[in-house]
Amino acid sequence: MNHYLSIILFTPLAGALLLLLVPKQNENAIRWIANITALAGFGISVPLWFWYNPQGSDFQFIERAPWIPSVGAEYFLGIDGLSTLLILLTTMMGFIAILSSWNAITERVKEYYIFLLVLQTGMLGAFMSLDFLLFFLFWEVMLVPMYFLIGIWGSANRLYSAIKFFLYTLVGSVLMLLGILALYFYAHSVTGVYTFDVTQFHKLQIPFNLQWWIFLAFFFGFAVKVPMFPFHTWLPDAHTDAPTAGSVILAAVMLKMGTYGFLRFSLPIVPEATRYFVPMIVVLSIIGIVYGALVALAQKDWKRLVAYSSVSHMAMVMLGMFALNPVGITGSIIQQLNHGISTGGLFLLVGVVYERRHTREISEYGGLSKVMPVYAAIFLVMTMSSIGLPTLNGFIGELLILQGVFVANKTWAAFAGSGVVLGAAYMLYLYQRTMFGKIENPKNEHLSDLSHREFATFAPLLILAVWMGIYPAPFLRRLETSVQHIMMRVNPQYAAKYAECNTAPPTAEMVAASTNPAARFLSTMPCDVNGNPLPAAGSGQTPERR
Amino acid sequence: MPPGVSLSDFYYILPELVLTGGALLVLIADVLLPKERRAALAWVTLLALGATAAALVPFANTHVEVAHGLLAVDRFSLFFKILFLLAAAITVLMSIRYLETEGAASPGEYYFLILCATLGMMIMAGGIDLITIMIGLETMAVSFYILAGYIKPNQRSNEAAVKYFLLGAFSLGILLYGMSLMYGLSGTTNLRVMASAFVGQEKDPRLMLAVILVVAGVGFKIAAVPFHMWAPDVYEGAPTPVTAFLSVGSKAASFAMLIRIFVEGMPSMSADWRLLFYVLSILTMTAGNIAAVTQSNVKRMLAYSSIAHAGYLLMGIVAGTARGITATLIYLMIYSFMQLGAFAVITLLRRKDVVGDELKDFSGLAFRNPFAAFAMLLFMLSLGGIPPTAGFMGKFWLFSAAIDAHYYGLAVIGVLNSAISLYYYVRIVVFMYLKKETSGSDPVITPALALVLGVTVMATLVLGVYPQLLFRVADVSARTLGVAGITAAIR
Repeated sequence: MNHYLSIILFTPLAGALLLLLVPKQNENAIRWIANITALAGFGISVPLWFWYNPQGSDFQFIERAPWIPSVGAEYFLGIDGLSTLLILLTTMMGFIAILSSWNAITERVKEYYIFLLVLQTGMLGAFMSLDFLLFFLFWEVMLVPMYFLIGIWGSANRLYSAIKFFLYTLVGSVLMLLGILALYFYAHSVTGVYTFDVTQFHKLQIPFNLQWWIFLAFFFGFAVKVPMFPFHTWLPDAHTDAPTAGSVILAAVMLKMGTYGFLRFSLPIVPEATRYFVPMIVVLSIIGIVYGALVALAQKDWKRLVAYSSVSHMAMVMLGMFALNPVGITGSIIQQLNHGISTGGLFLLVGVVYERRHTREISEYGGLSKVMPVYAAIFLVMTMSSIGLPTLNGFIGELLILQGVFVANKTWAAFAGSGVVLGAAYMLYLYQRTMFGKIENPKNEHLSDLSHREFATFAPLLILAVWMGIYPAPFLRRLETSVQHIMMRVNPQYAAKYAECNTAPPTAEMVAASTNPAARFLSTMPCDVNGNPLPAAGSGQTPERR
Repeated sequence: MPPGVSLSDFYYILPELVLTGGALLVLIADVLLPKERRAALAWVTLLALGATAAALVPFANTHVEVAHGLLAVDRFSLFFKILFLLAAAITVLMSIRYLETEGAASPGEYYFLILCATLGMMIMAGGIDLITIMIGLETMAVSFYILAGYIKPNQRSNEAAVKYFLLGAFSLGILLYGMSLMYGLSGTTNLRVMASAFVGQEKDPRLMLAVILVVAGVGFKIAAVPFHMWAPDVYEGAPTPVTAFLSVGSKAASFAMLIRIFVEGMPSMSADWRLLFYVLSILTMTAGNIAAVTQSNVKRMLAYSSIAHAGYLLMGIVAGTARGITATLIYLMIYSFMQLGAFAVITLLRRKDVVGDELKDFSGLAFRNPFAAFAMLLFMLSLGGIPPTAGFMGKFWLFSAAIDAHYYGLAVIGVLNSAISLYYYVRIVVFMYLKKETSGSDPVITPALALVLGVTVMATLVLGVYPQLLFRVADVSARTLGVAGITAAIR
């Protein structure tokens, strides 16, 4: 299986090319082909879950071929646990997005599916590339299809939102390109080889001055995509005006590009600058958490509310990441997946009622649980998942993030906690206004509940939400080597001290922990940032991890 | 025969001779062919261009100075000659229907002038002597003066020709003055001899004046701000294929001349001219892009975009390294394809009832002619530098040259400019894909235009995904430039 990743990568593109050959009048044929391609794309990516070896080397399924030897760029694909999970999220959400569009899109159907499939290849490529130039290529390839998805199939303000999305992301990413180039020439001056090999970049010791610049260049590229306050203003517009599938992809996958970028590139390549910029990122994240939540609380537009909740949630992800300890980073990755599931689901839910009523005004709704009980139930699960109710996925992510942040700094943790509380407030307020009470608006009296197709789009999300909430260990296990790899680069002192403070003889608790992956994982938090054992954490690290 | 010139020198200018013969053949055929069969002249022209290209083949690995140092036959000139021939061929293919629609009286002269302009460009690229360069430049410029005013009943076309002529003559004077200073200070017109004569005279104010004047003169030719005033009017008024050829061929030839004069002729003065080009580059790309944002005429918009591109191209010159020159060559080649392609789409939109160069003429193109719209989309993304199109690979080289030479500020301004530029490129896309109201008859693709679009689209895509071959060729071409040690001196 030397070309396994390439097959996953190019399946959607092949589908798009196939669609080019179908006459545009055959709308149903186009829909079937697109759906089958997306389902196939998901299907062939599922074995990744089983074939990825959590104990194996850092990057697996490696594919390498010369691409542009003149500049040292390669066609270099490879994945670790982090990208494995994000790739699976992408293929799944891609399929869900395409399935959800069956009735929603009636105009220019062929172009629509072609753009969605091309977008899918772009996203997968970005997660798989270990060559920085190749990554950048896929990163930019995503822009154009998304621009069209918003611009053609969006709602009222679509042209404005589309161009805003396009230009914001573009400015960020061209600055990132300069950072890549600076890195490229520095690597050449040290090693004498022109290369864009990210695994080589991970081994560089760059002088702080240059790190500082490179971090900033990357920061602009990734922060716009996350989006971090104050670069977030494109997001509410883009989300609100995008068609449902566009919002789902945007929220579930494209925002993860930014956080993925930080994890894959910023943290390991420029670790000292990363530590230097922690205060800035933390302040921006805290502002993002609180501000996003407060603005969400005040929204009258259902979709806009979910969009602002994204700002808040993604800021939480950033905060967890920049705690720069294993638990914080793991939590941040898990929360990325959770955000993909719950926010993706929430956008789908808005799409369902929008398709029926063609309005997103929250005041237009109310009492929907009477006429759409199944819908209301799913909405409830997604809301709880978003809030972080125990037994659902959101809880695991938020817990890990809070734990990581608490160890790093208690004040930050307090702000992060406020985000959780506010999150519960705006989501429950939304739920109450739309689902409960009497049906005031006569137009809502005869709304039909979910169709089988619509239910099918939610089923995988529900399964995952419960699975990750009850038994997250398989996910955590897949992230261990990735997180360790990042930690070794970004916070080596932490890793060293942390090893030291776990020299106590194994207790009964530890033995128990060693057999339970989740407990084992959670137990890897016995030290504070200074390497002193924490009183509350009783268990230590298991011997085999050292 | 002057001393030093031998019969074998004529062998080395075989391609130029073939082209001259071809041009004359077109003129003769114009007289001999009956009026209704004059459309065949386009094919005679293409044949001449093809024969010239074939005549280039024996010189693929040649590296000599011809006729006592008047011309250089090397990879550098070869690279440009291929570019000119390609651009000319594409222009001719674009012209066929355009001339029919405009009802131009005598296509023979038109094609003759295209070939003459190409000849001038080829001499400019090969010239390593101020005299040769001047002759090439004038051959090209005079041809373009006439071509710009070729549509005689059209007032805009006339205005373009007059403006171009007046400002061209003015800029020529400045350039000549600068060149005469160079000659006076070195006692030679040969650039390579001059290079060694100037060593140690870096602080001579007369030489600095010469640099300033030559930079200004060349600045006119490449339409660098603040010497760009003529460009928008000429580009808008000239017949569309001529605009295309002007913005590609003339610009590339002027860059070839620029590299010859400065890199080969004045490497010891590089600190001065790099500083001047540094300022010009920033001014040019910024002013070009900002002005382009407000245009509603697509030809005019592309004129400003072409100005901005001169600014990007100057980044390679500012870097002044082998990497910088390579980047300039790569970008010129890529730019030619995307720019010619974009003008081909405008030509396609020229119909009996529609002029086709206003933004609103693009409205709904995706519904009426999906292929043309897709092609234009690619060219616009490529001009804006979005992967996976060729434009990105070109910009990648230019920016990397700037970063490599530690011009970080310039690189930042460059990338921000390319972001600004997308705003107006995307506007065309908005009209093509997002607006539905249309006017006039459906645009029809003729076989010739289909060929043009096919070639330019393929080039834009292939060079964007797999540019290795172009990179190699450009690298080799740039490194054959000049006498040994010049690039080292620049570094």
